[in-house]
Amino acid sequence: MNVTTEASPPVRLDQDYFALFGLPHRFQQDRGTIDQVWRELQAKVHPDRYAAGSPTERRIAMQWASRVNEAHRVLRSPLFRARYLCELAGHPVQAENNTAMAPAFLMQQLEWREAIEVARQSGDAAAFDLIESELLEARRALVATVTQALDDESRDLPTAVARVREWMFLERLLEDIDVHRP
Amino acid sequence: MALLQISEPGMSPAPHQRRLAVGIDLGTTHSLVAAVRSGTAEVLRDADGHALLPSVVRYLPGGEVNIGREALRALASDPHNTVASVKRFMGRGGQEFSAERTGYDIVNGDGMLRLRTVQGEVSPVEVSAQILAKLRQLAEDVLGDDLVGAVITVPAYFDDAQRQATKDAARLAGLNVLRLLNEPTAAAIAYGLDHAAEGIYAVYDLGGGTFDISILRLAKGVFEVVATGGDTALGGDDFDSAIVDWLYQEHSLDSLTAVERRSLQVAARQARERLTDAPTAELLFEAGGRQVTATLDHQHFAELGRPLVQRTLATVRRALRDADLSIDDVQGVVMVGGATRMPLIREAVGGIFGREPLIDLDPDEVVALGAAMQANLLAGNTAPGEDWLLLDVIPLSLGLETMGGLVEKVIARNTTIPVARAQEFTTFKDGQTAMAIHVVQGERELVADCRSLARFELRDIPPMVAGAARIEVTFQVDADGLLSVTAREQSSGAEASIQVKPSYGLSDDEVTRMLSDGMCSAEADMKARALREQQVEARRLVEAIRAALAADGDLLDAGERNAVDSALAELARLAEGDDADLIRERIESVSAATDSFAARRMDRSIRAALRGRNLDELA
Repeated sequence: MNVTTEASPPVRLDQDYFALFGLPHRFQQDRGTIDQVWRELQAKVHPDRYAAGSPTERRIAMQWASRVNEAHRVLRSPLFRARYLCELAGHPVQAENNTAMAPAFLMQQLEWREAIEVARQSGDAAAFDLIESELLEARRALVATVTQALDDESRDLPTAVARVREWMFLERLLEDIDVHRP
Repeated sequence: MALLQISEPGMSPAPHQRRLAVGIDLGTTHSLVAAVRSGTAEVLRDADGHALLPSVVRYLPGGEVNIGREALRALASDPHNTVASVKRFMGRGGQEFSAERTGYDIVNGDGMLRLRTVQGEVSPVEVSAQILAKLRQLAEDVLGDDLVGAVITVPAYFDDAQRQATKDAARLAGLNVLRLLNEPTAAAIAYGLDHAAEGIYAVYDLGGGTFDISILRLAKGVFEVVATGGDTALGGDDFDSAIVDWLYQEHSLDSLTAVERRSLQVAARQARERLTDAPTAELLFEAGGRQVTATLDHQHFAELGRPLVQRTLATVRRALRDADLSIDDVQGVVMVGGATRMPLIREAVGGIFGREPLIDLDPDEVVALGAAMQANLLAGNTAPGEDWLLLDVIPLSLGLETMGGLVEKVIARNTTIPVARAQEFTTFKDGQTAMAIHVVQGERELVADCRSLARFELRDIPPMVAGAARIEVTFQVDADGLLSVTAREQSSGAEASIQVKPSYGLSDDEVTRMLSDGMCSAEADMKARALREQQVEARRLVEAIRAALAADGDLLDAGERNAVDSALAELARLAEGDDADLIRERIESVSAATDSFAARRMDRSIRAALRGRNLDELA
């Protein structure tokens, strides 16, 4: 059965990562499927497959395999995936240049940062656990909003961008906890 | 009458076309070569039945060079001209080691480390090339033909400079490098294929001078490295040094001669090895002209080695954290490297993982065997369905120096290779027309704490106000883990690029000169060899493209097909002639002419991968 042969779109190096992996442009994805497609694509394009090929084939294989790995890195991470979807929709997150935040979130963020500093000075593992569970809870709420903003039929990109930016701050705080936890 | 065998186009060549490829484990203490013969990987032995070649090179007055066992015998008596453990010096600068500790006559100065010998200054790359050339000779003698290529193993934690130095050494030795392969990954291939292992495995690899830990996910036909960690300056040698340090203190030794120092190291090595089976070991050595004896028991040795063992265990824990896995996820721990024979290592590793380490493969041979299997695969000798996919990672983050001596990471450690990543930077001053690009490798935030890989300049940036220029810097890491960097100003298109030639490496010119000087080549006629290489390369290319045409010839229209066919016919004809330069030129032009064909094939291949999955889902 070869029904899909003619229907399958051409595959090009400059295609977006979702199209490259044959996935819908959605935030919600199954990690197992992403990993599976990654391995299937690498099995076709990895330079090891072309070690006996011409120099041209080896070069093209390296470009493709690099592209497939980069796609996998972005697609498998929920945060990178959300950022990427915003970007594709013409709403780049521009985290480096644009640090405007809702005042309430900024306050909250400062409080967490102070709490981490206090916990670090006292070396209190239980305090770290408490902050972490608060952060994880906050992240769950953000992810739910981002999911809705990106996957609902009426996409709300400004909201998605704003929440993704806050999400990035949360990830940084979670990393700090990992680094400083006794 | 035997049935004629017909192989699928481009897949498994007939036996007489089988391409000879070997795996080489270039170790700190010893090196060895292995090959797949009649379907099984085996180590190749010299006429005396030895598989392990001591990684020792002795330079004699008058130009003679001894390599291996013979050189090893002179290790203590001729310390300045007999080089051991040269792997520790690969890709390193002269200031990083003291003559006092190494016992060598190290040349002071910038750039790559060099050792002073009776034959003049030699670089670690040249010393390693001697070892590789010896192994190439052994392989060609045993296998009875020229090699099409070799897979050379390197510690997973080797940085770019160390990898590049290894590749340069292989080129000097006249080897075509099919791939640089990480040692623990090679071991995982040998172990995984042998035991049909599936799940999460850890490979603990403690060699003579390097330590690696790799965490892999093994599935049918896929070897995926999830995380790797290590220390390229920690190995069995350091346990010897711990013994030596103890002896220095115990017997108030100082101002030893080079010969005495070396014989002390040799005695320590022997004592460590004896302690693998015996409860105590006697040490006998000369110091300050007198005979000294000492006794070391297992427990005392364990104490001396404990800080080193703890360092490896800390690295194991970090690798697991990087992999986002816990001890309980690990199904097995494969032990690799001669130093893992030490009981204290086995106990410590068994302790942290809560399970007996796997030691049923010879820890000295398993890396070379895995490399031979990969070489056989890369040479195209493995039948479809029996092949596998290897997904490895870079061990250390790659980045660029930014204002204030800070590192901006471009590619994080444990990223799957090959990988390409672009990042934009901008100018700092109004009217700035050039930008210095400094490439570094390491995990620290300050440039000073990372390894400097290379510096280059992007010039001809059109003058703009500060912050207006958009300079895109692209890092490309290939499947060998080697980096090349390109910088391009977006509005003017000004471009600068380098294949990262590390600060402590050989320049391309140096390699070419050494090759034409005939270094490491037993054959007097380099020209004949060069011609043969071009002929082999031409035939290989013709064969590769014909196989591609047989599989996907329909991607070309009649005109394109004719052009390719006639170019191939001409290249095949030239390959029978003796003009090496003309063959090389034509190889390049044929290769360029089939660019778009190769791109179209890759397209089709990916589409097929996606289609196969869609059908599975429909079913």
